[in-house]
Amino acid sequence: MSTRIETRFKACATEGRAALVTFVTAGDPDFDTSLALLKALPAAGADIIEFGVPFTDPMADGPAIQAAGLRALAAGQTLAKTLAMVKTFREGDNTTPVVLMGYYNPVYVYGVERFLNDAKAAGVDGLVVVDLPPEEDEELCLPALAAGLDFIRLATPTTDDKRLPAVLKHTAGFVYYVSITGITGMAQADPTAVGTAVTRIKRHTALPVAVGFGVKTPESAAAIAANADGVVVGSALIDALRATLDSENRATPATLPAVTDLVGRLADAVRGVRRQAAE
Amino acid sequence: MNAPNSFRTGPDDNGHFGLFGGRFVAETLMPLILDLETAYNEAKADPAYKAEMDAGLKHYVGRPSPLYYAERLTEHLRAGAAPGMGAKIYFKREELNHTGSHKVNNVLGQILLARRMGKKRIIAETGAGQHGVATATLCARYGLECVVYMGAVDVARQAPNVFRMKMLGASVVPVQSGSKTLKDAMNEALRDWVTNVSDTFYCIGTVAGPHPYPAMVRDFQSIIGTETREQMLEMEGRLPDSLIACIGGGSNAMGLFHPFLDDPSVRIFGVEAAGHGIPSGQHAASLTGGRPGVLHGNRTYLLMDGDGQIAEAHSISAGLDYPGIGPEHSWLHDTGRATYISATDDEALAAFQLVAKLEGIIPALEPAHALAKVADLAPTLPEDHLMVVNLSGRGDKDIPQVADILGTSL
Repeated sequence: MSTRIETRFKACATEGRAALVTFVTAGDPDFDTSLALLKALPAAGADIIEFGVPFTDPMADGPAIQAAGLRALAAGQTLAKTLAMVKTFREGDNTTPVVLMGYYNPVYVYGVERFLNDAKAAGVDGLVVVDLPPEEDEELCLPALAAGLDFIRLATPTTDDKRLPAVLKHTAGFVYYVSITGITGMAQADPTAVGTAVTRIKRHTALPVAVGFGVKTPESAAAIAANADGVVVGSALIDALRATLDSENRATPATLPAVTDLVGRLADAVRGVRRQAAE
Repeated sequence: MNAPNSFRTGPDDNGHFGLFGGRFVAETLMPLILDLETAYNEAKADPAYKAEMDAGLKHYVGRPSPLYYAERLTEHLRAGAAPGMGAKIYFKREELNHTGSHKVNNVLGQILLARRMGKKRIIAETGAGQHGVATATLCARYGLECVVYMGAVDVARQAPNVFRMKMLGASVVPVQSGSKTLKDAMNEALRDWVTNVSDTFYCIGTVAGPHPYPAMVRDFQSIIGTETREQMLEMEGRLPDSLIACIGGGSNAMGLFHPFLDDPSVRIFGVEAAGHGIPSGQHAASLTGGRPGVLHGNRTYLLMDGDGQIAEAHSISAGLDYPGIGPEHSWLHDTGRATYISATDDEALAAFQLVAKLEGIIPALEPAHALAKVADLAPTLPEDHLMVVNLSGRGDKDIPQVADILGTSL
């Protein structure tokens, strides 16, 4: 049986285009707004949803996602609530893949086995855990694969050809190529360098390759979409969300439309780039 | 847990001390820490590197640091003890090192390693500023660019060290994120390293972070215990009976403890910062008040909430104000080889003043925590008990803060 992630990448490939992967932080700026946003993302044009698990100390994230996590935590977000949101989302959408992205400590403290059971039951499809390199596969990667959840690994510009096989070995679902050396939302990805890197990774794997960190605008998303199976946009959506909040970081009527409008423009940009249809 | 045959063989090849340690970092950093491990292992085996270290420790740092019999403190504590009681107290004088603390031992080792690796830009995190000052100092000495990340709260309470670092040519970046203290400075340093992978060496100041840092920093700091061992044998003809040191991340303590871990007669005490008291929740005692978790590249005891969110530590001492602890300490705690206790802000402040008056030595607020527990423990031990406390830093940097607390305007 195909997973939701496989099915979605295949569908996009059949349409001759890259998938748009959108990142928002769970619980930002509050539970209800975030849940409404989660539900609205597929219709706005998101093909795959990355749902950020807030953490106090996100060492790979730039200011936008750091602040989003702190807003969510201040509003009372927990990993249990994040799983509950996915569960509610699944009641109305059984096809859009949902990938949880974050750091290991909240999962470790929740309990790996309990987390995998609950995540699977909630309808989570995959995990991106920034601080679990292949050297720590026994922690969560292997148990997740055994539980039927994709463990999506990050490959980076510092991952050379010698290391790449180890990075890809237990990767499932897709490969997340980090297009810059740096933190989320800061530098702008160079489409040419990204194209070369994606080609390099594809020599080692049949999995789709999505590209993120440093994709900010519909134009840059389109440029990346020409060379990748997926384009991940996160900080730019968070920035759009933040710009609509009131002085006490509360959602306003403009919050939801601001994010879904940008998702729509990103989706149009990504869909406007024709790629060679893959089998 | 069964006691291992040796407490000195860790970590394993993956950087684990039992459950603790490891390499919990983003993929971008993995190749860098693997390179660092290789470079460190090569350097360790190279007599030229050792010769350069030895020369630097002797002529630039000023080692060996004295082991000093604190006679008046000993007598003072015996006066309040039962007859025949009151341990003989020695200070390991790390505050006499160049830059005023033990931090320079580690920084020298890492900077010489950075030079071997051809790295031109050094980054560091700092809490009290002692590691930042030591890093800025060695960068000045070797003509390297130096960027120090320091929580904005710490920048305010450790102004003398901020000025020192700037005098030495370093850029000091006040970190405004999170709790604006040491943990956030470390986050920001890691973000810098992820961004500047090709030319930058991250000089971590304590026995924490991803493997190989906890073992490497321990190795560099073990000079403290190695010297103490020789000096005590020379002065008293035998090993000390107990060792005691303060713990934030735990590098001064690990440096003193490690050479004695396989001497079962030597009791080992680590002193965490209890802040306003453990029950208040406002403290920095990760072992006493925390649970195992994963932060800053390693698994260790952490202060956190039920959702795995890291708590803000509190201590009067910026150098101890960290919600984690080096992974090897967590392992020594779980195996029972070392005993971890804690001292409050008030106890440390009292010890700070007591030692200044009795010994003419103004300790930093960090070792003042260890001194506070010396004052508790020594009277319960016999007069022939030899106790070594690591006087890991001098208190000059704390003068403005202590004056403020005591209501004196400078």
